[in-house]
Amino acid sequence: MDFPGQTQSPPPALHLRALSLVYDKRVLFGDLDLTVAAGRFTVLLGPSGVGKSSLLKIAAGLIPAQTGSVEADDGKPLAGRIAFMGQQDLLFPWADALGNVSVGARLRGETPDLDRARALLAEVGLADRAASLPHTLSGGMRQRVALARTLFEDRPLVLMDEPFSALDAANRARMQELAVRLLRGRTVLMITHDPLEACRMGDTLVVLDGAPARLDAPLTVPGEAPRPPDDPAVLQLQGALLRRLMR
Amino acid sequence: MRRALRPLVTVLVFGLAWWALSRFAGIPAYLLPDPGSVATALWRNRALLAWSTLTTLTETVLGLLIGTAMGALCALAMVFSRSVRRWLMPVLLLSQAVPVFALAPLLVLWFGFGMASKVVMAVLVIFFPVSASLADGLAHTEPGWIELARTMGATRFRLLTRVRLPAALPAFASGLRVATAVAPIGAVIGEWVGAASGLGFVMLNANARIQTDLMFAALLVLACMTVALWMAVDHALRRLLFWVPDMRAADIEAAR
Ligand SMILES: Nc1ncnc2c1ncn2[C@@H]1O[C@H](COP(=O)(O)OP(=O)(O)OP(=O)(O)O)[C@@H](O)[C@H]1O
Ligand SMILES: [Mg+2]
Repeated sequence: MDFPGQTQSPPPALHLRALSLVYDKRVLFGDLDLTVAAGRFTVLLGPSGVGKSSLLKIAAGLIPAQTGSVEADDGKPLAGRIAFMGQQDLLFPWADALGNVSVGARLRGETPDLDRARALLAEVGLADRAASLPHTLSGGMRQRVALARTLFEDRPLVLMDEPFSALDAANRARMQELAVRLLRGRTVLMITHDPLEACRMGDTLVVLDGAPARLDAPLTVPGEAPRPPDDPAVLQLQGALLRRLMR
Repeated sequence: MRRALRPLVTVLVFGLAWWALSRFAGIPAYLLPDPGSVATALWRNRALLAWSTLTTLTETVLGLLIGTAMGALCALAMVFSRSVRRWLMPVLLLSQAVPVFALAPLLVLWFGFGMASKVVMAVLVIFFPVSASLADGLAHTEPGWIELARTMGATRFRLLTRVRLPAALPAFASGLRVATAVAPIGAVIGEWVGAASGLGFVMLNANARIQTDLMFAALLVLACMTVALWMAVDHALRRLLFWVPDMRAADIEAAR
């Protein structure tokens, strides 16, 4: 498959409409609506087990919802325009770090641009581990390879599930800034448990909570991301967000 | 160092026990020859044994190659088509219910006294472990990998060749190891039923003439051949599966 001009045409907004999901007769959510604004960074928060990952997989077309639809606002099909980074790194154990970053191209039968893959590995701080097999990398390193693989896909829509959960504080802050920089102008939906991460990276924050789960009114974060971690406005918002999550 | 020492000790203890048993237990030599006479028989019949080993080894290796290819094709067909799986799975299970060895006389009747009947025998013996292990491996690909490959726009064919097949290799390798260990049994049983050459043929003849020492020598050679073949296959599989963290190495570390 080939998707000419995917980076040139402006990224679409993503409309999730009237979604409902039932697992074993348990309603995770019913009639859920969410708009992921075009070219903006939207962050999804919520307690563990509420259905965030499931929602993201529905958006990626990986699991079907009982009802509802997922559409881009430009009317074109979503297939081939989404990069997905799951909650597990899902690196292929038989490919080295470089092979994993560029695996998408191989799966599509294209010749991978290895220079770009190498550059992305360098961006996530793993320039010297290009030839390492996944089982020789630490959890945080593996997650960074997975991030580089997601960025390598170069898609207008990016869905990420807790992409920095295994990183130490310093690397996490660095990767947050890198991701914001490299994903600027794309339509992003990211899940996180970390209110500070949400406030530093997100343009819009939404909280999924309750059983069946509902979405709070979205919160708009002022200022340009990545916001400094010690910005008083960021810290205040982080506190308010944490209070909301503890409710 | 330790790795080489342990099998050596095992062989030594086993040989010693054998010698003691044949020497002091009062068992007549035509029932249990002592290690020395077996060694003598081994040396005297070296040309016959070498030639017979070549026959049995050829049958075994041909059986392994053909059986692996057919088993792998069968597993792929079952993965690719649900209806093939529905039809083939009961047939496969049924084929396991029939003792393959009971078919040996029939196979010799159909395929003759030459190598062909023994190769078919070995193929029948290993077909199930090979196809079952690969089918199992292909059926249990990590769902997340399939999801990821799908978001990346992989076709069904590339999903198979680049994700599901490599992911199934460790399971397939265990099936292949089992197959390597049992394939010589298939060949030898085929030889017992009717053959003009091979280790099984030598054993049967020696038995009939109460040349127990030659019979033991042939058995020893067969055991060595099987172990050598298994080690060669295991070595090749390890090289192919360089990316699987070696559990045995980890076990050894843990045992210390
Ligand atoms: N394949 C499945 N079959 C049955 N139940 C499932 C399945 N996948 C998820 N669930 C259930 O759906 C609920 C939501 O799971 P999900 O992974 O979406 O949660 P989450 O919000 O991402 O949690 P976390 O923050 O811990 O990752 C959980 O209660 C889980 O048990
Ligand atoms: Mg989750």
